[in-house]
Amino acid sequence: MKKFTTFNKLSIILGFSFLYIPIILLVIYSFNESRLVTVWAGFSTKWYGELLQNQGIVGAAVITLKVAFLASTLATILGTMAGFAMARFGHFRGRTLFNGMIYAPLVMPEVITGLSLLLMFVAISFNRGMWTITLAHTTFAMCYVAVVIQSRLTSFDRSIEEAAMDLGCTPLKTFFVITLPIIMPAVVSGWLLSFTLSLDDLVIASFTTGPGATTLPMKIYSMVRLGVTPEINAVSTIMVGLVASGVVVASFLHKRSEARIAKAEVMAGNAP
Amino acid sequence: MMPEQINVQTDKTPRNGGGISRMVRECRPFIWGAKVCRAYGLQGRSITVAIPYLWMLLLFMAPFLIVLKVSFSEIRIAIPPYAPLFQFIDNSYIQITLQLKNYAMLFKDALYVNSYLSSLKIATISTIVTLAIGYPIAYAMARAPKTWRLTLLMLVILPFWTSFLIRVYAWIAILKPEGFLNMVLIWAGVIDKPLIILHTDWAVYIGIVYSYLPFMILPLYANLEKMDFSLLEAASDLGCPPGKTFWKITFPLSMPGVIAGCFLVFIPAVGEFVIPDLLGGSSTLMIGKTLWTEFFSNRDWPLSSAVAVVLLLLLVVPIVWFQRYQARRNIVDVV
Repeated sequence: MKKFTTFNKLSIILGFSFLYIPIILLVIYSFNESRLVTVWAGFSTKWYGELLQNQGIVGAAVITLKVAFLASTLATILGTMAGFAMARFGHFRGRTLFNGMIYAPLVMPEVITGLSLLLMFVAISFNRGMWTITLAHTTFAMCYVAVVIQSRLTSFDRSIEEAAMDLGCTPLKTFFVITLPIIMPAVVSGWLLSFTLSLDDLVIASFTTGPGATTLPMKIYSMVRLGVTPEINAVSTIMVGLVASGVVVASFLHKRSEARIAKAEVMAGNAP
Repeated sequence: MMPEQINVQTDKTPRNGGGISRMVRECRPFIWGAKVCRAYGLQGRSITVAIPYLWMLLLFMAPFLIVLKVSFSEIRIAIPPYAPLFQFIDNSYIQITLQLKNYAMLFKDALYVNSYLSSLKIATISTIVTLAIGYPIAYAMARAPKTWRLTLLMLVILPFWTSFLIRVYAWIAILKPEGFLNMVLIWAGVIDKPLIILHTDWAVYIGIVYSYLPFMILPLYANLEKMDFSLLEAASDLGCPPGKTFWKITFPLSMPGVIAGCFLVFIPAVGEFVIPDLLGGSSTLMIGKTLWTEFFSNRDWPLSSAVAVVLLLLLVVPIVWFQRYQARRNIVDVV
């Protein structure tokens, strides 16, 4: 018998209040009439209207979305390859270095990753701008994708793949026709994770950017340094709303597809 | 060595049904692709490894070697703002100038030594506080009725996905002298004049604990959820008081989760930049912030490279150790 005590209840309530009160306050005060963020002066959506007038923010948002889309797509392709190699290829030459290079960026302080990439772009005189941010984001996001894919593949029923290959399917085709559809939920969540990582990143983007390429976090950061304003609350609310609905939808889809796969497996097992 | 083989039989399947002939047509490009690769002596397997491998070598490994190189060179006013390490003299021999003075500077100037020490101190204390707050939450989540668990898990993951910068920013409005916290405390009569928290080390601790709490809760929860609670019943049946049961059974069994959580908080916290910059004061020293200032304000690239190299050396032991033991399982659980 598991007991769910009052202490347990209390820690959940307090813990989740701690996690959510700051975000909730931020959202509420984005609808505040007053310019002062801590004085409530009535409901208003005027800061959202002003946001759309602000060319700097809109431009930064467009660049951020472009970078995030390109980087997460590239990272998903490269990360899936890396994750597949790590899960399936056993020992290949340079495996230890490969593992190290995949895991290190996950815990590396961002200032080091950012500085090192910038120095390299300078050393090869690569023109800095949107593309350098995209390359930088791809590099660290693909490591996250690789780890997600690798973990999905370790719990994968390989007999399906083996059956396909026994029936004469080439390894490449087996991957696209059998493996990929089954690990699709992991690929999608890897893409979403890369997208939000790229959307949020301030430090690496600040190092690797060039003239003319300001991302939304960089814009928000420079506004925050000048003080707390309702516009920042409004833009933050939009970002939080987008990410929250994305996560909820993704987990819903994930659950549904898992249920479908489970059902199919049961049916396959029971079939005569 | 290669387990893969091309089997042309697929091509020869009788094309009697629309379904089968469609399948055959669909697999053509794959077969051609494989044939082209083979013709050039490339195998699917090596390509799958080679592309991400090369990418990481070029965009992860090479940049580090360049940081190492720049850390040994001298600052100069030019673009790029550092002197070359290798110089050809009369095309006949190479002159290599290794400057150790950037590293000497790190040890001579108290600013850098204090930054490293204070980063380690702030990260250690924050990690312990995060563990103390995160453990009861993860424990309660693991004991919650099954129907709630997914929702609770989702509620922990959600802040992990939302922007770090925005979550740190949210605390400015709370901790300001005229912010929400002081408003509530004054209204409740706890204090009569506002506490100064923003732009002190206190705000940095609060910011780190808040931002990294999901990183602590998730591995702990993943571990505690799998725990066999009948062990606790056995202990209590044998007369063990609940407090002792916790320290003798629950906590030791959850050790892998504790270690993973602590490292996921400690390692990034040491190099943190956004939190000390936005919530900390001018007296808050953290190495990430020092590196940023050295790079962007003083434009001393060689010195900031040396700062990065030493920071990496400080972290390399815990990072390697962490990778060997826990990384795989627990980062996956986080995601």
